[in-house]
Amino acid sequence: MASKTITLHVNGEVRTITVRASDTLLFALRGKLGLTGPKPGCLNGDCGACTINVDGWPMKSCLMLAVEAVGKEVVTIEGLHDTPIQRAFVEEFAFQCGYCTPGFIMNCHSLLKQHPDADDRIIKEWLESNICRCTSYIEIEKAVKSVLRKEEPGG
Amino acid sequence: MEVIGKSVIRKDAAEKVTGRAKYTHDYQTGRILSCKMVISPYGHAKIISIDTSNAQKVPGVRAIIAGKHYPLTGEAIRDRPPIAVEKVRYHGEPVALVVADTPGQAKTAADLIKVQYELLPVVNSPTQAFQKGAPLVHEHLGEYKKEEDSHPVPGTNIATLYKIRKGQMDKGWAESETVVEASFSFAPSDHAAMETRCATAEIKPDGTIIIMTSSQAPFMVKRLIADYFGEDMGKIIVHTPLVGGAFGGKASVQLEVLAYLASKAVGGEPVKLLNSREEDIITSPCHIGLDATVKFGADRNGRIRAAEIRYLWDGGAYSDKAVDVTRSGAVDCTGPYDIENLWCDSYCMYTNHPYASPFRGFSHSELSFAIERTMDLLAQKLNMDPLELRYINAIKPGDTTPTRVKLNKSNVGNLRKCIDKLKELFNWDEGIIKEVNKRYVRVKGVSCSWKTSTIDSDAPSGVILTFNRDGSINLMSGVVEIGTGTKTVLAQILAERLKMDVDNIHVRMEVDTQTTPEHWKTVASRGTFMGGRAVLRAAEDVIQQLKEVAACVLKAPKDDLEIADSRVFLRDDPSIGLHFKDIGYGYKYPNGETIGQQIIGRGSYILRHLTHLDPETGAGKPGPEWTVAAYGVEIEFDKRDYTYRLIKACTVVDIGNVMNEKAALGQVMGAMSMGLAFAGRETFYFDELGRVLNPQLRTYRPLRYGENPQYVVGFVETPQLDGPYGARGVGEHGLMGMPGALGNALSNAAGVSLHHLPLIPELVWRAKEAAKNASI
Amino acid sequence: MLPFDFDYFQPKSLKEAVELFRYLEQQGKQPMFFSGGTELITLGRIDLAFSDAVIDIKNIPECKVMQYSGDYLFIGGALSLTQIEEANPFPLLTKVASEVADHTARGKITLGGNICAQIFYREAVLPLLLADSQLLIVGPEGVQTIHINDIFQQQLKLKKGELLVQTATERRFIEAPFFTVKRRQQWDTGYPLITIAALKIDQEFRVAISGLCPFPFRSQEAEAYLNRQGSMEERIDGALSVLPKPILDDVEGSAQYRLFVLRNLLYDALVALE
Repeated sequence: MASKTITLHVNGEVRTITVRASDTLLFALRGKLGLTGPKPGCLNGDCGACTINVDGWPMKSCLMLAVEAVGKEVVTIEGLHDTPIQRAFVEEFAFQCGYCTPGFIMNCHSLLKQHPDADDRIIKEWLESNICRCTSYIEIEKAVKSVLRKEEPGG
Repeated sequence: MEVIGKSVIRKDAAEKVTGRAKYTHDYQTGRILSCKMVISPYGHAKIISIDTSNAQKVPGVRAIIAGKHYPLTGEAIRDRPPIAVEKVRYHGEPVALVVADTPGQAKTAADLIKVQYELLPVVNSPTQAFQKGAPLVHEHLGEYKKEEDSHPVPGTNIATLYKIRKGQMDKGWAESETVVEASFSFAPSDHAAMETRCATAEIKPDGTIIIMTSSQAPFMVKRLIADYFGEDMGKIIVHTPLVGGAFGGKASVQLEVLAYLASKAVGGEPVKLLNSREEDIITSPCHIGLDATVKFGADRNGRIRAAEIRYLWDGGAYSDKAVDVTRSGAVDCTGPYDIENLWCDSYCMYTNHPYASPFRGFSHSELSFAIERTMDLLAQKLNMDPLELRYINAIKPGDTTPTRVKLNKSNVGNLRKCIDKLKELFNWDEGIIKEVNKRYVRVKGVSCSWKTSTIDSDAPSGVILTFNRDGSINLMSGVVEIGTGTKTVLAQILAERLKMDVDNIHVRMEVDTQTTPEHWKTVASRGTFMGGRAVLRAAEDVIQQLKEVAACVLKAPKDDLEIADSRVFLRDDPSIGLHFKDIGYGYKYPNGETIGQQIIGRGSYILRHLTHLDPETGAGKPGPEWTVAAYGVEIEFDKRDYTYRLIKACTVVDIGNVMNEKAALGQVMGAMSMGLAFAGRETFYFDELGRVLNPQLRTYRPLRYGENPQYVVGFVETPQLDGPYGARGVGEHGLMGMPGALGNALSNAAGVSLHHLPLIPELVWRAKEAAKNASI
Repeated sequence: MLPFDFDYFQPKSLKEAVELFRYLEQQGKQPMFFSGGTELITLGRIDLAFSDAVIDIKNIPECKVMQYSGDYLFIGGALSLTQIEEANPFPLLTKVASEVADHTARGKITLGGNICAQIFYREAVLPLLLADSQLLIVGPEGVQTIHINDIFQQQLKLKKGELLVQTATERRFIEAPFFTVKRRQQWDTGYPLITIAALKIDQEFRVAISGLCPFPFRSQEAEAYLNRQGSMEERIDGALSVLPKPILDDVEGSAQYRLFVLRNLLYDALVALE
């Protein structure tokens, strides 16, 4: 059970790292690639603080092995630059302590891409995957909806 | 006001939305060893033996600490061994530490440590702890070192008792035509900050101790480690970067001590200790539980004439901050009502539960549940509108508090105004119960609260201002950025005072105890108040220094100078003046000659006139001012299933002055969210061995997106004259009334009186079943 | 952070997977089939699950199908619950699955993984129990198709080295009217207090339940009562009298309260489907 060398596609770059097969992707991203945007909150798939995008879908990186990510397109919060949802989080005060924020933003980002016309039901279904302990969620709802509105044609 | 009140974008916004913000666990430069705890699987047990032989053999293990006597720790009473010896007193208590090269090795070795226990009888509630003959959590209570105003009673489970005696009880009861008495209880719960607690420690060859910790109290870490272990205070440097949520849970000092001991065990090498979520929930201190009995007597007009209150706080296995919570509970024991004749016993009890740290509201959300439910029972018995009852008894200037502080227009907010505004925002006139159809009803409940901040009477806050060569200013304050945005508000206060662009003020987010002036602890909604006052003083200092140099250069008396837009200029001719960048480091004449010097502003603040409480009557001044609030919660209740949805939650708080509108709304609404989760779902479930059965976020469940109601926030602004620009502390208040208001709404809806938290449908079902059986 | 390491294999065919399992076992390993792997990762972390040889079946084409063949809908065991929800070929399954864990986690949790889980709710099996689904199982003895009722008793009775490849469900069950509700201790988050799924086929009710007992089940005895003539109350009383034991009594809810909740949900199911 020696360590394995694997190649990952992360934030548009090709990165080669050495991991144990049992290392989670979260552990590899933080420990091997220095990407500390994804946060450990429970390591149990419950809180969503470690959420990233894998092939465009949200993924709790504590629930995925690093070796499972080979051949997939991984995007962490560090891979987003001045996106509408990040700007909306700033404007709407949709963060306080900021710890859940990278995970929340990655989930919102994927939601906006997969469902540019998301209704309340879909927004709820997606966003209940993350816990924010500071805000009231209303701020996050406003942030997501402000981007949805802007992306509507003529909106 | 140019800057105050505006929703100035938070100074930490850019780093937080890009993932660049760093928290304690994110700093990973160079080699750092990993520390893992072995924790107690039982609530109360004797440690028979600890076998570390197999764990020692795991590759990478550097040290194992177990069974060693260290100085006892704890704030009010030194009752807590940092690592358990002889016996364990709560589920989750640290029993051993393993230090290894990697987290994996440390965990593997920790799993191999075999501890043999012999079970002891468990104290599973404060009421049980209070009974004669209850098993003792601490056998040697009389031998502990303690603070002056803690009064543990040897041979019992009483960690301390605070008494309030005011007025004449017999007179009060004689004047009472209507009397209600009720008991309430709820178990401890958790803060569940998203960042689990983390601490690193390193001891340099010269003895310098460097600690990094996710803490609300880095300066307290320094003091306590010096105090507990006889270290040189000046050689302890505590760093606190951004903190991922705290809510009081990070005001206690625990992991820092363990990390320090772990580093010491490996020759001072850097060691990191990161709580798993499970450890964060049970091993680190939790949110206090309470058993309460409240008795109110009122005259025919509904004026409360007498109150008798007993609080048994579930301090858990160690008293630590629970003693202070108990004191705070005594200080504001009545809720925001003027009650002349008052008797209250507030006990801090030892139990075999995880021990308590402060929790947002610091005893007030807890006692408010008991008080506000009793207020509704009284209103019912008097056949009076519950808001009307609160209105006529509302505390106001001229009244005295339970500890006999005379209130005035500045040191207490305007509760009656809050109630009036609540009526309007909450559509109170449409009635408490509205039928949706045969099965569903929409039902309202209300509550009120008040709170002063019972912090140490000598608690300081300090600020340093330095200039950059471009004339912008750096602001350094010991306030920790735990999410509240306080450091942005401090920048706004400075910008307002100097009439400058807030973008030209740079705030240092991190705190280190060597170079940042002390802010006692970032607790009790004191950041804006005390830090703000310190900023104003530092601003004054800077203004004097700037004017001094400018007066010389401009050949004008200081009195003729004004400051705005980063310039010092002549009042009558603003075109004649100097930019900060030309004087911040002294003024240099064309020939190179320089006058003045680098300008460093300093400001500090200490609360005035705070005193200890009289041990027999409680008389004394415990805090600076009382913020007041009124609340409403509306639910949609299913009469068949006893389930409900949260429809609307409303808080009207007298905030003094709104400093940053969106930040203030965020504080109040976020606090309401937390309060509703505490009231409606969050609790520890214990088994008969004192084990917490739900130590994960899939079984301990904070509120999720979409479960929340609509939030309505109203502000009343009665300036607190001592506060910066009149501001009052407001970080906790949205939370405090939620348990009471939700409890009242649900009791109204179900037609049964509810006395426990959390307010889950099964609780309603039980109460309904009990009522049914009673009527048979 | 798992306190143990394992070898990791990604077989490309069922044959390879099964042989690998046998081989690893002969080598003295504790091999495990892995599709979403969320249980190994979360329970392994707290020492409640272990493997030193993980066989990831996500690259096996048969485990990823989602299509009709004749009158049967085939769904691969390694499809994530999200993939099934998004495609929505089996509305009752979509509805039940969409209440498991949360949306992001369901992007990792697979149908096969949920059905074979240690955590005893295993709600995704409820629709299959109601719909007389067939399970395609591969093992040392080759591929077999087994009626779910013959192999799922409280849990999926797989023999060592066997693997759930696909489920096959007849169209008429998929198109049948259904009812499902997940009731939790409080609001919309958490394990089920009771999850009920009901279906009406050939004028008969079928009902399957998770959260009542420490296993999900379909009770034909209870259905027999529900399908009788008589008042709603009598039929439900009858059904409640023949429930399997034990009734869960834990932090999510007491046994008595669970029965109260179930009674009302049975009523709702009958009303909805009558």
